[in-house]
Amino acid sequence: MKIAFSRARSARVATGLAAAAALTLTGCSVTGASTSTSSTAQDDATGTINVLLMKQAGYSETDVATMIEQFQADNPDIKVNPTFVSYEALHDKIVTSAPAGTYDVVHLDVIWPAEFASKGIISDVTDRFPSEWKNDMLGGALTSAEYQGKYYGVPWGPSTKLFFYNKDMIAQVGATADDLKTWDGVLAVAKKIKDAGIVQYPLAWSWSQAEALVCDYAQILGAFGGTFTDDSGKLAVNSPAGVEALTWMKKTIDDGLTDPGSLTFLEDDTDKSMAAGKTAMEINWESTFRDLNDPSISQIVGQGAVAVTPAGPSGANPGVNGSMALAISSTSKHQAAAWKFIEYVTSEAVQEQFVTSNMTNWKASYAKPEVTKNNPEVFAAAGKEYDSMILRPPVANYNSVSQALQLELQNALLGKKTPQQAMDDAVKAANSQG
Amino acid sequence: MTVASAKPSRTFTPAGSGRPRKRRDTQQRLAFWLLLPAGVAVFGVIVYPILRTLLISFFEVNSALATVTPFVGLQNYAHVLSSSGFWGAMGRTVYFTLVSTALELVLGLVVAGLLNAKLKARWVFRAIVVIPWAIPTIVNAAMWKGILNAQYGALNALLTQLGVIDQYQAWLGDPTTALNMVILADAWKTTPVVAFFLLAGLNSIPEELYDAAKIDRAGWPRIFRSIVLPMLVPSISIVLVLRTIEAFKVFDIIYAMTRGGPVNGTQTVAYYAYMTAFSDQNFGLGSALAFIIVLVILALTAFYLRLLRRSEMSLL
Repeated sequence: MKIAFSRARSARVATGLAAAAALTLTGCSVTGASTSTSSTAQDDATGTINVLLMKQAGYSETDVATMIEQFQADNPDIKVNPTFVSYEALHDKIVTSAPAGTYDVVHLDVIWPAEFASKGIISDVTDRFPSEWKNDMLGGALTSAEYQGKYYGVPWGPSTKLFFYNKDMIAQVGATADDLKTWDGVLAVAKKIKDAGIVQYPLAWSWSQAEALVCDYAQILGAFGGTFTDDSGKLAVNSPAGVEALTWMKKTIDDGLTDPGSLTFLEDDTDKSMAAGKTAMEINWESTFRDLNDPSISQIVGQGAVAVTPAGPSGANPGVNGSMALAISSTSKHQAAAWKFIEYVTSEAVQEQFVTSNMTNWKASYAKPEVTKNNPEVFAAAGKEYDSMILRPPVANYNSVSQALQLELQNALLGKKTPQQAMDDAVKAANSQG
Repeated sequence: MTVASAKPSRTFTPAGSGRPRKRRDTQQRLAFWLLLPAGVAVFGVIVYPILRTLLISFFEVNSALATVTPFVGLQNYAHVLSSSGFWGAMGRTVYFTLVSTALELVLGLVVAGLLNAKLKARWVFRAIVVIPWAIPTIVNAAMWKGILNAQYGALNALLTQLGVIDQYQAWLGDPTTALNMVILADAWKTTPVVAFFLLAGLNSIPEELYDAAKIDRAGWPRIFRSIVLPMLVPSISIVLVLRTIEAFKVFDIIYAMTRGGPVNGTQTVAYYAYMTAFSDQNFGLGSALAFIIVLVILALTAFYLRLLRRSEMSLL
């Protein structure tokens, strides 16, 4: 027994060392990945495809189930298997499942094409991408699938954060929608709501240490006339506009207008807070309007209203570009079937069918009264906001840039650093990573 | 080892009668085949990944599907050891480990004492106490996240109604408070295990010792100090070793409750390693980090084991 064990152990060690030595000598990849990852051998557009999707804003699980049902009826040779994860888990799941090729189709956020494309995780679909789509789709949505002039996916709905408010609470303090066109106006109304004792904290935000915080900051940054990067493409949020935006955010906490719990909230939490009648105003994704008017989860049905995001001192009011896309994993063995599925669910007809959940990225849809009448309020607000959107930096190491930004934004919001200091540190941390 | 060296002399028999030797061979072969599945499993899920991680930690790997992975030697380790993020995470991990282990030990001792009391239907209480431990960590984390919620959390409601606080607090909104709250959630879940280890120790203390102490007119504090504590040292030591190592590796409760926030206030070293590897896709650096964690835990274990071996009956 002992002999067998020690023999096995030495064999094990020897194998390990040999493998290490071989890899060191040849300088080969330690990931085990080969250079030609996309296999075109079994490309007959049949089989089972696994689809990784986000469970948050946008299309709901029921929406997707309906789409899949319709798709499978048209394509009996393809079976679609959806998996839903929270937005916060989506990026890491795409990364960890990549070597195994678990998912054929993955849901992509606008901030990821650079990273995933440059690291070979998603397939280049430029050849499959019809050139007329470039004109037929909204420009803001197209960026969610594009990297260095190539396409790595198909846009699946543009998205931005709109301004939501509780009509009844606004009316109670004698304010109207016109008072909410600027952030100064919003704060004045918020103060009145607080003083009248309608709610303790009129504003709620998704300011937990997550991408959600960067999205909210993006929108305020845009309102103050700032951008994330300078001309050379480096993070430059320590600009006067970048610091003013953060100072403004911090002041809403100090003035007691923002719920201090915001620092633990994601979009879903602000959505719930407003649906529970504890918040008067918020910015959030388009599908929030659907949720606020859903009697099964909302206590303020009929009171929720939506508008274009308020303007800042610069007069600008761009929305954060939060468009999503569908991409094919480079390790997928069913590239053709995956493309067929993507083509179907991103089509004009299917997107128009679900406009209460997600806006469509087809320009033509916005001119069709039979489509816009299904969600007129959001179409009116979003349609305007899509014209000017603020983009988060499209860099391959966006994830670590974003983490540096999240950390320092929170440092300032918690009063641990001055806004200027925090943004200086964020710029230093992000740009040192190269 | 002694058995192995003694065996040949015992089984040495005159030529002609080879039966005992043959039986030993068959036994060995059987043992080998019986152990093989376990060996394969251990190799597959522990040894191979560890070696692979060690290997990757010497390379620069920037993608899960990287094809170009230059050899960088010990640079990843140097980078980790010189980064402030790592030392910050290490500090929080040490704090988490010390406070949670201490808290669980004290509470565990109290609970064990109560469970050891001669009550009717003692098994009911014992069964109830084990429930927190039986709940999966992810559920426990979700539950505490709800309890600590800034808007509808039960803790806020309780403390407000008792008049302890005058307005709702965002318990997970401040880095220090958040870390303490995660410790609380961890202690709630793990105290039962500690209590059961200590209960086993308590059960093994002979009744006569208490009787003798009572005859000597010792009060409860004295009995606790001179009988219970010394007799419990073996159990306490084991719990201490297990809990320190477990606490040092903490990941799941952090992932589910706070995701390392706010301002990295709950980011432990295991979570930091996860972020580096899977979020930043810096697998070389992440592997180096993972290996540093392994080394720290090995050092801790070796230290504890030596203490245990040196004196069976004293705590340290």
